[in-house]
Amino acid sequence: MFRFRLDGSSGVPPYLQLVHQVRQSLLLGYLRAGDRLPTVKDVAGDLAINPNTVVKAYRQLEHEGLAGGRPGQGTFITAALAAPPPEASSALRAPLEQWFRDAEEAGLSDDAVTALIAVVRQDLRKERVA
Amino acid sequence: MTGDDGVAALRADRLGKRYGRMWALRDCTFSVPAGSVVGLVGPNGAGKTTLLSLTVGLLAATEGEIAVFGQRSRAYTADTLARVSYLAQDHPLYSGFTVADMLHLGRSMNPRWDQALARTRLDRLGIPLERKIKTLSGGQQAQISLTMALAKRAPLLALDEPVASLDPIARLEFMRDVMAASADTGLTVIIASHVISELERLCDWLLLLTAGRLQLAGPVDDLVAAHQVLTVPRATADAELPGTVISRTDSDRHSTVLTAADLGQLASGLRPGWQAEAVSFEQLLIAYLQRPATAPAATEPDDDPARAGQPRSARTGITS
Repeated sequence: MFRFRLDGSSGVPPYLQLVHQVRQSLLLGYLRAGDRLPTVKDVAGDLAINPNTVVKAYRQLEHEGLAGGRPGQGTFITAALAAPPPEASSALRAPLEQWFRDAEEAGLSDDAVTALIAVVRQDLRKERVA
Repeated sequence: MTGDDGVAALRADRLGKRYGRMWALRDCTFSVPAGSVVGLVGPNGAGKTTLLSLTVGLLAATEGEIAVFGQRSRAYTADTLARVSYLAQDHPLYSGFTVADMLHLGRSMNPRWDQALARTRLDRLGIPLERKIKTLSGGQQAQISLTMALAKRAPLLALDEPVASLDPIARLEFMRDVMAASADTGLTVIIASHVISELERLCDWLLLLTAGRLQLAGPVDDLVAAHQVLTVPRATADAELPGTVISRTDSDRHSTVLTAADLGQLASGLRPGWQAEAVSFEQLLIAYLQRPATAPAATEPDDDPARAGQPRSARTGITS
């Protein structure tokens, strides 16, 4: 049976930690379609975590199409989560490499690059909200 | 906030408690849906124990009221006491009793007592029934108290700084069982605690008190979503910022501000160059705990009703 962990000092909300662990285990092949996830009560009792947080994580997984509830039986993994296809990764990689070289040439430090990425990501999110 | 799907597990309406001229709690209004795990947070003396005592029927309100599953709590009535399981800070047990004696007492005093639950649970924990309470460790005693509280089969479990003295592993085991019980039976739980990191994983609802006044009340997710952390130039005045400023830390050139603003206010109030981040549970609580009480604070009420009526030098000069 799949077991969850919780890192109290990570700053990541508990329900997101659960969702991330399922996604990551799917990517790594530790979880496969048809596997049953532990019951809400088991996770709550195992981690000393609010049961509603577990319910919320499972709902998120269902929303993402990764898991589904079967009445009376529990929550099951319904889809394998494939890593992005290698073509897509390499197609995106080339311009990103070029961008990093340009940034370095322009004199941006690693921290400046990280800050710029964060700002751009945030601005894009804001566009989506607005 | 309770939705349409039933009676609130806890509903307070302008609830207040005064000891002499000191208001330990005032103007407290909130409504918590059934099945919630509520974190009750506040500095020492903020009124947490007073609120719990009013809820479970160990104190009479001075004004307003509090209802548990739709029924108004009345002090010292069997009816109110039966509806709530209450675990006080020192989880009191009769130290000369055996574990079996304690169960017998619980069974005699509680109409809905679940003896099977109590025995199964103690058996699983490896606590022998014939042992005297005083020969058991603090962790085992806390587990017996919790067993008594759960076997009472009340729909609301109130924990006042539970197991504060326990080692981390005993504490984790205790909380595991509380959460499993909540998942299993839909038990509503209210936990007064100072351990913020623990509350983040336990609670989905929050009540935050300072100086006898309710400063925050609501589902944790909603409260977190209604606050933002902004990084802005130092020269920015509070009035220019979106929402209400809760806390502000000024550096030489920039300021970090925690503001009560939703995403709508943020989208319209954010200027170029300002950075906004989601607030963490801990940041939110610390900001409100450090904030001077917004309402004219009554006094420095004491958490302990037995001591609260006594004059203290710190209270001189306060009139109501």
